[in-house]
Parts: sequence; structure tokens; C-alpha cells
Amino acid sequence: MSEAAHHHPALAHHFENLGEQKEASSLGMWLFIAQEVMFFGGMFLAYTVYRNLYPAAFAEASHHLDWKLGGINTAVLILSSLTMALAVRAAALGNRKQIVLFLIATVVLGSIFLGVKVVEYGDKFEHHLVPGAHFQFPGPNARPAQIFYSLYFAMTGLHALHMIIGIPILLVLAWLAHRGRYTPAYHTPVEMTGLYWHFVDIVWIFLFPLLYLVGPH
Amino acid sequence: MTTTTSPLIPAAAPRQRTHYLNANYGVLSWLLTTDHKRIAILYLVTISAMFFLGGSFAVAIRLELVTPAGDLFQSETYNKLFTMHGIVMVFFFLIPSIPAVLGNFLIPLMIGARDLAFPKLNLASWYIFVFGALFSLYAIVNGGVDTGWTFYPPYSTSFSNTQVLAAGLGIFITGFSSILTGLNFIVTIHKMRAPGLTWFRLPLFVWAHYATSLIMVLGTPVIAVTILMVALERTLHLGIFDPALGGDPVLFQHLFWFYSHPAVYIMILPAMGVISEVVTCFSRKRIFGYEVIAASSMAIAIFGFLVWGHHLFPAGQSTYAGVVFSLLSYLVAIPSAIKVFNWTATMYKGSIKLDTPMLYAIGFLGLFTIGGLTGLFVAAVGVDIHVHDTYFVVAHFHYIMVGGAIMGYLGGLHFWWPKISGRLYPEMWARVAAVIVFVGFNLTFFPQFILGYLGMPRRYHAYTEEFQVLNVMSSAGASILGVGYLLPMFYFAWSMRYGAPAPANPWGATGLEWQTPSPPVTENFPVQPVVVDEAYEYAKGREVTVV
Amino acid sequence: MTATTETDVHEHEHGHEHGGRHPHVVPLLTYFLVFGALMVGTYLTVWAAGQDFGRFNTVVALGIAVTKATLVVLFFMHVKYSPRLTQLVVAVAVAFLALLIGGVVNDYYSPRLDGQMGPANIRRE
Repeated sequence: MSEAAHHHPALAHHFENLGEQKEASSLGMWLFIAQEVMFFGGMFLAYTVYRNLYPAAFAEASHHLDWKLGGINTAVLILSSLTMALAVRAAALGNRKQIVLFLIATVVLGSIFLGVKVVEYGDKFEHHLVPGAHFQFPGPNARPAQIFYSLYFAMTGLHALHMIIGIPILLVLAWLAHRGRYTPAYHTPVEMTGLYWHFVDIVWIFLFPLLYLVGPH
Repeated sequence: MTTTTSPLIPAAAPRQRTHYLNANYGVLSWLLTTDHKRIAILYLVTISAMFFLGGSFAVAIRLELVTPAGDLFQSETYNKLFTMHGIVMVFFFLIPSIPAVLGNFLIPLMIGARDLAFPKLNLASWYIFVFGALFSLYAIVNGGVDTGWTFYPPYSTSFSNTQVLAAGLGIFITGFSSILTGLNFIVTIHKMRAPGLTWFRLPLFVWAHYATSLIMVLGTPVIAVTILMVALERTLHLGIFDPALGGDPVLFQHLFWFYSHPAVYIMILPAMGVISEVVTCFSRKRIFGYEVIAASSMAIAIFGFLVWGHHLFPAGQSTYAGVVFSLLSYLVAIPSAIKVFNWTATMYKGSIKLDTPMLYAIGFLGLFTIGGLTGLFVAAVGVDIHVHDTYFVVAHFHYIMVGGAIMGYLGGLHFWWPKISGRLYPEMWARVAAVIVFVGFNLTFFPQFILGYLGMPRRYHAYTEEFQVLNVMSSAGASILGVGYLLPMFYFAWSMRYGAPAPANPWGATGLEWQTPSPPVTENFPVQPVVVDEAYEYAKGREVTVV
Repeated sequence: MTATTETDVHEHEHGHEHGGRHPHVVPLLTYFLVFGALMVGTYLTVWAAGQDFGRFNTVVALGIAVTKATLVVLFFMHVKYSPRLTQLVVAVAVAFLALLIGGVVNDYYSPRLDGQMGPANIRRE
């Protein structure tokens, strides 16, 4: 069996063994997540500054967002994090069917999330809440409200883009898992994708209260 | 020049044995390579091209500034020239230069590894870099950008009708090349060191790149998202910085400089790493204060993130914040100064050899010191109010970036050229070029300190009569500097065909990279080395042992 | 369904060949408890928005969000069972985020020479 481990098909030639490779992959993924934290961080900074400058406008603008849809999406995404974690666990235990099942579940839940976002964006468009020439907002806070909506679209759009990238990756993983690629000895791609997916969930955990629940509800 | 040849590795002509350069032939073997050494060469070619592109804008600028009147270019054109000089030089030359070329080539060799942790990601980083560069080239060819390399809104978001979007996208894309390179280096250094190579036996070049990589990974995403927000404002009218909506342009400046200040440490730390290697080798002496230099590299990286507000002194930032940033800016100078002391102490009572790499290193010591000290001038809020946006600042940063970083890059290229190419460059020509660079550089930029102090503003294509003499000196210096930069192009190329074959260790230096043949084989080390010595064991007559 | 006892999965055949840590399999119960806590947290987030905590409104909302995020990081992302280096990377990322936000917001809440807080060009509400 030691022979098989040395020549494991997934072992790259520049690593001594699978363990070193896995540790490298893990550290690499975490560093990528660290830079994603700073990436989203810039927008969270802009949000923080403007919310503190225009608290009333932000509260008013936030009320036009449907917190129930946002809340449902939050629950959906948290559930998808659970299914993702279960997929990783299944891989560690060598349960091929379960890996595929949970990965597909994650894809379905992620797609529901995106579907709800499409509904929400469409609604904004109808109500003239998309920043630009057609923006309309009642009251004296229209201008800072437009900043709020700029941030809303920028931040949720960037978040949605991350999910749009993640879903095909999950599908590829599901296919490879179905083909038996992942074993307890080697399932690094599933774990790493899991880390990515959980990060995307965490961003939303902050976006929900900050965008949908500003001011008294 | 004495050459120390390891008895086990004969100085055979590079063509007679297989190594990374001749292991495979054909364009695809280069474009699809995952060998870190070949990728380093790919970067060398691309960033050299970008250097001369950025340099050509500098030529245009210095030509215009020979006369007080704005008679060579219209002011709008001149705005584009200095903008694109800055963008190309900062994002497409300086930031990648040493890490992407020398770091990529040397880090696996220095730690006894076969490659970086993620070789395919390394290749992808190069393609991402090229893709970003192409966007910028598109911007340049289609009218250019005139916002200054700093892209300040509301001009960049609401008023400029130049290729802001394309240029911004180019920088955004290339930023990911930087992030992924840094990520690759950090993982490699943590996880792939040879047995016996503890952290405090690492070459200081590796420490420098580790610190640089931290900045690349944590800082670059901030400018990426900032440029993204500018792009969204320009295209989708998501007015995040728009004052008409109550937005704050100074918020952009905070975000921009949060990265762009640490970025200058991305540019200088690797050069400092080169200097550490060169000074110790050409003084034949263990470096003075190894642990302190390593710690200083980390301190510079971390402290470098705390001082961005010194770019915002006159911008409307609060006075309180200004004072805090000023104090922190003084503190960040300390680790840099410590390094200069340590390098000097290394040379003290050393056996100095003035080969070309050492000429660049000594030049670095002087010029970086001047650049760093003038940084302290501008770090004082009271002084900065007067010299902000004048040529004083321009001179300050060129002393560090050109007198410091580029000298470090050239010194490193010369030092490791035998290892990279398997050939020796012509030493006499190289020394001449180094002296020309030094003279040309000082003639170009020292007058600019005086110009700035006397009040000549930057980014103006016309100036008043009294500044002409100094401007002419500066432009004359630039032409000399240009000659100094062109010479290595010629003799490096010449050496590829006609240079003497290089032995494994022409300089008698310590370090695992010198224990491989010149050039190395693709896998670097057929057998993984085990390290038993401390770093820089230059004690007299003692061979560095590698088991 | 697999067992829920808290046992490490030891690949005895592969043993020390892969040289790394043995993968730690988190018990199912832990995952479901965390999930439950996250859902409760989401409910609390909405509930808290309907309350008035005065100055502490934002603090409460963010506090709940941070708690939820921490649970995801520790358990779903396995940081609780990860090497020190991983935990360091997480800590550094959070620290730098705090630096970015705190360092800039500091400008908006500190005085200028004329005594006014924050940028003069922004009209406050």
C-alpha cells in the first residue's frame, strides 16, 4: 500500500508526499480567502463610512429592500453551507454517493439563492431604484440613498458573481466524485471548494443585516 | 575576478549537457512550461518590454521639460504621458520586477525545492500579467489616460473622457498576477524548505520575498476593489465616490493609498533582499545582524500598512489623523535605516570586491539613504504642505524606486546572470554601465529636489523661466541614464552567444542555488539537499558543505 | 448514515506515507448543532432589527453576525481543528480588515484644525 501512496496519481512531482501537498493546498486556499476578505473589505469600508455619514438616508433606503426575501436567502445559503460541509465529510469517509448528493444539494440551494436575487433585482429595476439616470427616490434623502443603492448593487453583485463562479466548480466536483476521483486519502479539491463556499456564505451573513435591516424594522 | 569552481561540477559549455534551457525546444515548450525558471525568463522578457515602454514616456516628458514653454506637447497630451509613465512603470515593471524574475527563478533553488508550490498557478500568473498588460496597451494605443496614475475621482469617474476603464481593468487584472505570485511564494517558503533549512538559515533574499508576498496578498485586493468601484461608477453610474450624490472623493484616496503605500514596499523589499546577498558575498563576510535584518523585513511589511495617510496630508484628512500618520511614517523608516547600518557594518573590515553587482549595491546604499531621508522630510506635515505635488516628491520617490529598486534589480540580474544563463557577462562593460547609470541617475534626479524645494509643481508641462537650468540638467542626466540602461540589454544578449561558460559558483557565494550547475537542470536538485550550515558561512577558507 | 462518534479516521495503510495530519472528521451532531445555531442567529438578527437598543443597535446586529461567522469559520471551515498556521492566517486577515476599516473611519471621526469633525465637504445629516 505504501507503493500506492508514493505514486498516488494525484501527487504532483514537486511534493514529497500527499500530506505536504494537502498542507500546501490548504495554506494556499486560506491565503486566497485572506485576500478575498480584503477585497470585499474595501466595499464594506465604503459602506461603513457612508452609513455613518447618512444614517437616515441609509435607513430609509434599506426599507425598500424586502427583508423577508433577504432572510429566506440567508437561510438558504446557511443550509447550503451545511450541505457543503456534509459533502466534505462524506469525502473524508469515502462515501461516494453522499459526496455527489450533498454537492448537488449545494448547487441547488445556491441556484435558489441566485434566483431570488434575480427577482429582487428585477423589482429594484421596476421601482426605479437602480442608480443612474432613471433613479427615483422620494424625499430629501434621494442622493445619499443613491449611494446606498450603488453599494447594494456593487456588494450583492460581487457576492453573486462569486456564487456564479462557485456553482460550475461544484458541478465539476460532483462529476469527478461520481467518477470515483475522491477518496479519504485524497479529496483536497472538495475541501478547498468548501472553504471558498463557506467564505461566500460568511460575506452574506454580514450583508444581510447591513443592507436589509438598517434602521427600525 | 576569481572563480570558485566546485570540483564536482565542471564548467562545461552549457550546450554540452541538458539543463532547463535546452531540455525542450519550441515555442509551446516555453508557453506551456510549468518550470519556475522558464517562467522567470518569460517574465524577464515581458517586463523588460514594459520597462522600455514606460521609459519612452519618460523620454517624452524630459524632452518637453527642456524648455519652459509647453511647446512640444499640448497639456492634455502631457497629462497622458506622465499618467502612462506612472502606470506602466509602477504596475507593469516595478511591482513584478524582482519577485517575478529573480524571486521565481531563485526561491525554489535557494530552499532546495524542485519548483514552487503551485507551478501551474505560476504560469497562470504570467498569462494574467500579460493579459492585463494588453489591456493597458489597448488603453495607450486608443488615446491614453490622463488622470495621473493615481486615478483620483471625481475626475477619473465623472469627467475624464480617456481610456480610464481599459487602463483600470488592465491594472485590476495584473493585480491578480501579483496576488497569486505572493500566495505561491508564501506557501513555498512555509512548506517546501529542504531538511535542515530552518527559518533562520534562510537567505535574506527569501525573507525579503516572504515579507513582500504578505503585502502582495493582503494589499493588492484593496486597490483591485477600488478600481472596480471606479469602473462601476464610470459604466453603471454606481456613484460611490460621486460628490454630486454626497460621495467623498477622499474616501477613494484612502482606499487607493491603503494599497499604494505598501506597494512601494513591494518594490523595495526584494531589492533589499538582493543587496543582502550581494553585500555579504562581495565583502566575503557573514552579514552583520542576520536576525535583525530578517525582522526588519517583516517590520517594514507590517508598518508599511500603517502609514498611507501621509499621501493625504493636504487632501482634507483630519489634522489628528495627519499627526498620527506622520508619526507612524517616521517609525517605518527605522527598520530600513537599521538595514543600511547592517549592510555597512557587513562591509566594515570585509574583503571588498568591486564587481558589477557590488557596484550596484554600493550605489543602492547611497541612493536609498538619500531617498529614505528625504522621505522623512515629506513625512513632516508642516514640510509636506509646501512640497506636496512638487518635484521634491518626484525626486524622493525616484531615488527610492530607481536609485533603490532598479539598482537592486540590475545588481541582482548581474549577480545571478551566470546561474540563469550559464554565461558570464563582460565585466568591463557591465562596470562601465553601472557607473553610467549612477552618474546619469544623480544628474537626472538630484536637481529635482532643488526644483521642488523652489516650488516647481509636478505634472505641469510648462514652468517659469527660473527653473530652466535645473530642468536642462535633469533632462541631460536622463539621456545618460538611458544609455546606462540600454547597455545591459546589449551585452546580456551578447553573452548568451559569446559569453564565457559560467561555472557553478563564479562568485564563490554561499547558498544552495550556487550548488547547482549553471544553468540548473529542470528539476533543480536530482537529490534533495540536506542543509547543515548556517547562512552566509564566509569564514576564510571554509567550503560550504551540503550533504 | 455514518457513525457519529468522535473518532479520527486513520488511514492505517497510508499511515505516515502522506506525512501530513490525519484528517479529522467532524461529528454529524456538531454540524447540525452549528446549523441550528446559525438559523437561530438569523432569526435573532431579524428580531433585533425590530427592537430599539439605542446606540447599540449596530453593535447588536454586528455582534450576532460575528458570532455566526465565527461558528462557520471554526466548525464548517474546520479552523478549530486546523494547524496554528491556518489560525494565524485567519487572525491576520481579520486584523487587516479591522485596520482598513478602523484606520479610515478614524479620519471621519477626528477633529480638524477648525475643530470640526469629519470632512468639510460632506454635509452631515
